[in-house]
Amino acid sequence: MSGIRVINVGLGTFLPALLDHDIPVLDVDFTVPGSGDERTLQLLKETLPYYGQVRAANERAVAALVMGQAQAVRVLPARAVLPDLEDRVILHAGPPLTWERACGPVRGAVMGAVMYEGWATTPEEAAGLVARGHVRLSPCHHHGAVGPMAGVISPSMPVWVVEDQDGRRASATLNEGLGKVLRFGAYSPEVLARLRWIQDVLGPAIDRGLVERKGIDVKSILSRALHMGDEGHNRNVAATSLLVRQLAPALAATSAGTVLGEVLAFLAGNDHFFLNLSMAAAKLAADAAAGVPWSTIVTCMSRNGTDFGLRISAMPDRWFTAPAPAVQGLYFPGYGPADANPDLGDSAITEVAGLGGTAMATAPAIAQFVGGTPGDGVRTTIEMREITSGENPSYSIPALDFSPVPCGFDTLLICRTGITPVINTGIAHREAGMGQVGAGLVRAPLAPFVNALDSFVQMIKKGEFQDVAES
Amino acid sequence: MLTRSWTILPRTYRDSATLMRLSAEVSARPGIRQAVAVMGTENNLANLAAAGLVGEDAWQAGPADLVLVVEAECPDAARDALQVLRAGLVSARRQAFAQAGEALPLTLESAARRLPGANLVLISVPGEYAAAEATRALHLGMDVFLFSDNVPMEQEIELKMLASRLNRLVMGPDCGTAIIDGIPLGFANRVRRGSIGIAGAAGTGIQEATCIIHRAGLGISHAYGTGGRDLDDRVGGITMLRALELLGQDPDTRVVLVIAKSAGVNTTRVIQERAAFLGKPVVLVLLGAGDQAPCPAGVSLAVTLEEGAREAAALALGTPVPEPDTSPAKARMRPGGRWIRGLFSGGTLCTEAATVLGPYLGEFSRSWPARKHALVDLGDDIYTRGRPHPMIDPGLRNQWIQEQAREPDVGIILLDVVLGYGSHPDPAGAVAAAIARLPTGDRPCFIASVCGTAEDPQGLEAQESKLKEAGVLVQPTAAAAARLAARALGGAI
Repeated sequence: MSGIRVINVGLGTFLPALLDHDIPVLDVDFTVPGSGDERTLQLLKETLPYYGQVRAANERAVAALVMGQAQAVRVLPARAVLPDLEDRVILHAGPPLTWERACGPVRGAVMGAVMYEGWATTPEEAAGLVARGHVRLSPCHHHGAVGPMAGVISPSMPVWVVEDQDGRRASATLNEGLGKVLRFGAYSPEVLARLRWIQDVLGPAIDRGLVERKGIDVKSILSRALHMGDEGHNRNVAATSLLVRQLAPALAATSAGTVLGEVLAFLAGNDHFFLNLSMAAAKLAADAAAGVPWSTIVTCMSRNGTDFGLRISAMPDRWFTAPAPAVQGLYFPGYGPADANPDLGDSAITEVAGLGGTAMATAPAIAQFVGGTPGDGVRTTIEMREITSGENPSYSIPALDFSPVPCGFDTLLICRTGITPVINTGIAHREAGMGQVGAGLVRAPLAPFVNALDSFVQMIKKGEFQDVAES
Repeated sequence: MLTRSWTILPRTYRDSATLMRLSAEVSARPGIRQAVAVMGTENNLANLAAAGLVGEDAWQAGPADLVLVVEAECPDAARDALQVLRAGLVSARRQAFAQAGEALPLTLESAARRLPGANLVLISVPGEYAAAEATRALHLGMDVFLFSDNVPMEQEIELKMLASRLNRLVMGPDCGTAIIDGIPLGFANRVRRGSIGIAGAAGTGIQEATCIIHRAGLGISHAYGTGGRDLDDRVGGITMLRALELLGQDPDTRVVLVIAKSAGVNTTRVIQERAAFLGKPVVLVLLGAGDQAPCPAGVSLAVTLEEGAREAAALALGTPVPEPDTSPAKARMRPGGRWIRGLFSGGTLCTEAATVLGPYLGEFSRSWPARKHALVDLGDDIYTRGRPHPMIDPGLRNQWIQEQAREPDVGIILLDVVLGYGSHPDPAGAVAAAIARLPTGDRPCFIASVCGTAEDPQGLEAQESKLKEAGVLVQPTAAAAARLAARALGGAI
């Protein structure tokens, strides 16, 4: 009996002989690398001699991406926990951004946050402060934090503190719910009033509950929620329910009657409450995977409504950007593509960690946003396997025989196949203050991956990576 | 009223042989003037545009996309033909596969995850992409059977150095044949397993030798192909030496047959030295080589495949193995004919014929055009550019048979017919059909050998019968066929 197990790349002519002899054989559907683009082909060729190093580095990065814990331990004001957060700084989603280039929803959210902090009393005054540089903008990602949609975080806002076994931390705001909310650029008095209630009531109540419970294991909630129809990005109803169930006794033990009633009512009315925790856990994982020399694993994907940006492990501080793409999706009644802002939010960090679009097969309900079927969801996850170099054993997929979600987008695989990550997302109105108008999915643009590969090759040529052992 | 219809299939690759066959099949359908399936390279698009088959919007296709074009007599026929083209593309890839429903992996990496423990990869993509696939396969822990040609020499050297470092085997580039653990890879015959191991730089050379050994009642442990350039001194026989090492260690291998072709002087010496210390008897076939330096003890030299295979069989058997054509047949030149024209599909079989027959021909040509004697390898790059190899598609050779046979001064046409996996399903039938179309009476004498076994998909006996019925003198080996031709020239052989 022969022990050979064969992969075939190319002609089908040679398969019959193997099948006649009952040899296990798998046929690769070969496509021309880099979609035949000369520059991409050249870059891929230049990385080839380092394939062994890159592979070993990517294994390390993916291990860091999937192995860490994520324990929600506190809810504290941003200024108390976020690193390098100076006074009069507003954090936003996506790669770095100037006020001039900011889209409507980000402008609205920034103005709202400036008023919320009491630095201005009118939207015009707030806009003026930012435009003149008296209030500075900075990406959440530069401060160990993430925010959905506009992703705005100001110093007084309470944020989740999620921790891994090494004491590394990541944060995200508390989710405000749907409708007129800051993250979609709304800044009306009711929006600001809700933010103050979150600051004064919700945040402290949850913090007391977390302390009472000695934390909550975010990844274990996610792994169960993925068996209940969530994908950890656009559908959070199962995870939110699990979270509330775990928190409720501790909340009851630590909050008085009125507060408890308000808090539970708010949580009961917000299917997306868990999203921000999912994002913080994903950010924690991604940061653990950042900074591995030679690694081409994607450790950040994010959008600010103007630009899409990504970062890769070997170059943790470099952003590679392209114009933010349009979202394909379904619109709320009365809205259409003309109302839509280009893609927005830090929430694509969930895809980086193997959730969201990557885990599409777990969430048949999400497939409807693009007029698809549960089968389309399964196909999306299978397609994502082609551009990820690992799996996340914490999250498994019932519809695919409980196989783990694909995890660890590899820039090399993306450039070779021309397939880019699928990101599940909401759609914001292009004007500040209008809120969410739909939901759907979007493909990351290819160009920044090719540019990242280009810089990676330049770094190799300059000898900036130390030699490491090969796989 | 002619209708033109076309479509682009993004990011879809098929090899040119598949596309040409499919284009020809669909073009032959009723109502279809022309059907073309090509990759969207600049050159192909320019040709399509020049032929007026596509408009400017076809330029959105890129080199990684497949373009389908149909010119038909009515829109319905055009639409149907496009559908048939699409269906053909799917079945061409899947006809050997029962795994319908599940998408095929797009990369080697994802295939390796789906087939845990994969230890061998067959690569036949265009040469410019082949080395990258092979490099990745080596890092993923697989040995490589690299069928692709047009891989630059420096890439071949890099690849083989990497394989040495990782303790792996790279067969090829341009490797046509191997048998591993009894499993035929590429163009290979069904032969029994046994105690003779082969390491060969010549594809049809390995096929011929394994068939001779099989027909002598013996069998093959493993047959490793090295690719044609491995023995060039710039490569230094890296794969050959690794294959020798594997055969030396293999407990099932008792005798080793090395088939060398176009070997460099230094590399030949290194192989001889290594062979002498293998601890097993080694037979070394040096194809197309002239006078040889004496070989070290324990290594026997042979100049033809037949001789080498017989010697290896004799060593394994412990008694001599007779020549396969002990009662020689007679061949007669066509009246008025003077020249022998060999039209070969197997390159090494052509070399074998030249070795045996050459001394009796005096001057002869190895390529076209030729006015006197000629022994031509129709599988050579100059004849296969843009079309399938003659072992897969007999069309080109059939055309040559027709042309040569109609030249009154061509006395003998010498042919090879190669059976086995990968080859045409009925190569002898194709030769017979070409002969049947010739005018009866004044024909040259046809001599052929069939490289194959009774167990091959085409069946040795059935193929030989088809040739005999067409009036061909059938010999058991390429060397025997060449001897028969030599005797017709008056050679005492």
